[in-house]
Amino acid sequence: MLKMHDVSKIYRTDLIETYALRKFSLAVTAGEFVAVTGPSGSGKTTFLNLAGLLEDFDAGSYELDGTDVRNLSDDARSRLRNERIGFIFQSFNLIPDLNVADNVEVPLRYRRLSSANRRERISSALELVGLASRARHMPAQLSGGQQQRVAIARAIAGDPAFLLADEPTGNLDSLMARQVMDLLEQINEMGTTILLVTHDPELARRAQRNVHLVDGQISDFRAYEPRSAVLADGASSVAAARA
Amino acid sequence: MFGYYARLALKSFGRNPGLSALMVLAIALGIAVCIMTLTVYHAMSGNPIWWKNDRLYTVTMDNWDPNSPYNADGKLPPPQMTYKDSHYLMSSSVPERKVVMYSSDGVISGAGLASPVRLSTRLTTADFFAMFEVPFLYGNGWSAADDNPPRPVIVLSREQNERLFGGVNSLGRTLRWNDHEFRVIGVLDDWFPRPRFYDLNGGSFGAPDGAYIPFAWGIELEQLGNENTACWKPEKLDTFQDFIASDCIWLQMWVELPTAASRERMQALLDNYWAEQRKSGRFPRPRDDRLTNVGQWLIDQKVLDNDNRMLVGLAFAFLVVCLINTVGLLLAKFLNNTPATGVRRALGASRRQIFLQHLVEVGALAALGALLGLVLAALGLASIHHLYAAAHLGERGGYQELMHFDPIGVVWAVALALLATLAAGLYPAWRVGRLPPALYLKSQ
Repeated sequence: MLKMHDVSKIYRTDLIETYALRKFSLAVTAGEFVAVTGPSGSGKTTFLNLAGLLEDFDAGSYELDGTDVRNLSDDARSRLRNERIGFIFQSFNLIPDLNVADNVEVPLRYRRLSSANRRERISSALELVGLASRARHMPAQLSGGQQQRVAIARAIAGDPAFLLADEPTGNLDSLMARQVMDLLEQINEMGTTILLVTHDPELARRAQRNVHLVDGQISDFRAYEPRSAVLADGASSVAAARA
Repeated sequence: MFGYYARLALKSFGRNPGLSALMVLAIALGIAVCIMTLTVYHAMSGNPIWWKNDRLYTVTMDNWDPNSPYNADGKLPPPQMTYKDSHYLMSSSVPERKVVMYSSDGVISGAGLASPVRLSTRLTTADFFAMFEVPFLYGNGWSAADDNPPRPVIVLSREQNERLFGGVNSLGRTLRWNDHEFRVIGVLDDWFPRPRFYDLNGGSFGAPDGAYIPFAWGIELEQLGNENTACWKPEKLDTFQDFIASDCIWLQMWVELPTAASRERMQALLDNYWAEQRKSGRFPRPRDDRLTNVGQWLIDQKVLDNDNRMLVGLAFAFLVVCLINTVGLLLAKFLNNTPATGVRRALGASRRQIFLQHLVEVGALAALGALLGLVLAALGLASIHHLYAAAHLGERGGYQELMHFDPIGVVWAVALALLATLAAGLYPAWRVGRLPPALYLKSQ
């Protein structure tokens, strides 16, 4: 479903080239919950940006749902991102002058859904995250945990196949972090593939598989019970060998 | 999506009200200055009877001093005619319509007036009203049969009919004009051609006369004009008969020539007349007998001078400066909001959609700027009107008459402003769509 092979991403200045990712390969199958861990600067966010089609890569190949994304136009990439991918960010990234419902509506607007369809999806998504009663609130009127749940509602309202979460609990206290992780697990159980970037090994252990990055390369694969059945590609063999 | 983008634009105005107001003000000022100068320019350069530009011609002949042309550059004949030349040409049947005329002062008495009043009166021939498409409120002009011998009939302007008869239908009423009784046969509706192309004496934007009587009364009553009369050679001018037999110029002559063939015939008539007169010792200068249409006439007589063109150029330069400032402010505003734009890109907005969203915002700013610009322009024009009106103590005519909205000019100015502002917003809107979303997601 998501297949990166020998992907490299280089940031260049006049004097220096820095590999954010170097010959990075990963395959993720439908329904997996994969945690990507690693120290700061290891390439976690770059990987997520490439996976979410927010950045181009310099070498290698990347297939999303069987589509080679390398030569897609901006329109096609945007459509793919809109229809197949949902984003959750560490700092929530809600648009401050839109209320909760309008924030959740943003990706639906770009999909040109009918007004009734949009309303229905907004309502379902907010129900799922437990914020249906806050639809008219502004982001500033919500707690951090509630804002992140709005961001999750926005990410899933379009029913994406992939959810890309970049340190979604990084700005939350432990109680709220647990609630957010519970929600992500619930969404994963409903069939959505989740790629979670985190520093926190405890959170990573809640995923089915952990990909550890160092200097833009995978240094370790680890699968966790009881979800270890859903491993993919080279990851499964490495994990199996380690077991 | 347009409605959604418009909603986002309104939210964006609310997010930075100061910056948005500054942009609207910059656009509005540029537009207001352009509308004001264009209004004046259009009014001053406009041909008020443009639809007859290929039919109406003024007749001029160079009868002037061989050693000193009438105009300093010697390129144009004198703008008026002598009585004897116009008298001859008026006997021609080539033009479909023909008019000879001048303006003179009449003293009106009777008509219930407590005391006599002076009234600028045009002494003209019957075709004047049809040729210049003068609108009537009551009655009509006189017929050609009333021209010679002249019948005591008078046509009043609407303004003078209100002054003399309280605005009622005054047809058949009589009044005394220079102590001769005249019967009112027509009252004009509002008519104020700007510029007053048919007679540019006394200011191109002067008011039309208050009354009209047959031209031949001027000759019979030996009535001199109240406008420019110019003579160039020593002649006996002891009597009115001497005057009308002289080479002094004082009459305006217009002909209506509907076809190219009639124009050629009229020009041939002028040329033949010229040749005959030359043989008899007149017209010592090189031949210059012309038929000039209204548009060319206004150019030749410098109704529009270079100062006005320069003013329009400066107004547009000012608009460009305002728009350049707006580009800078737009860039600042859009780039200030890049995190939200990054989120939109991450959630599926394409560059094109981001571009359109921002272009709609620019369009909304332009529309608001145009609206405020119209208000400012109206205030500016009203101020100028009051300034001139105060200086002229309620007289009609002059620049104060120009200071009103010209609907066509306004439509053009607003359309131009919208287009110019949209063009100015293209770069900021394009630029914000090209920024890499990952970069501004990080900046959240």
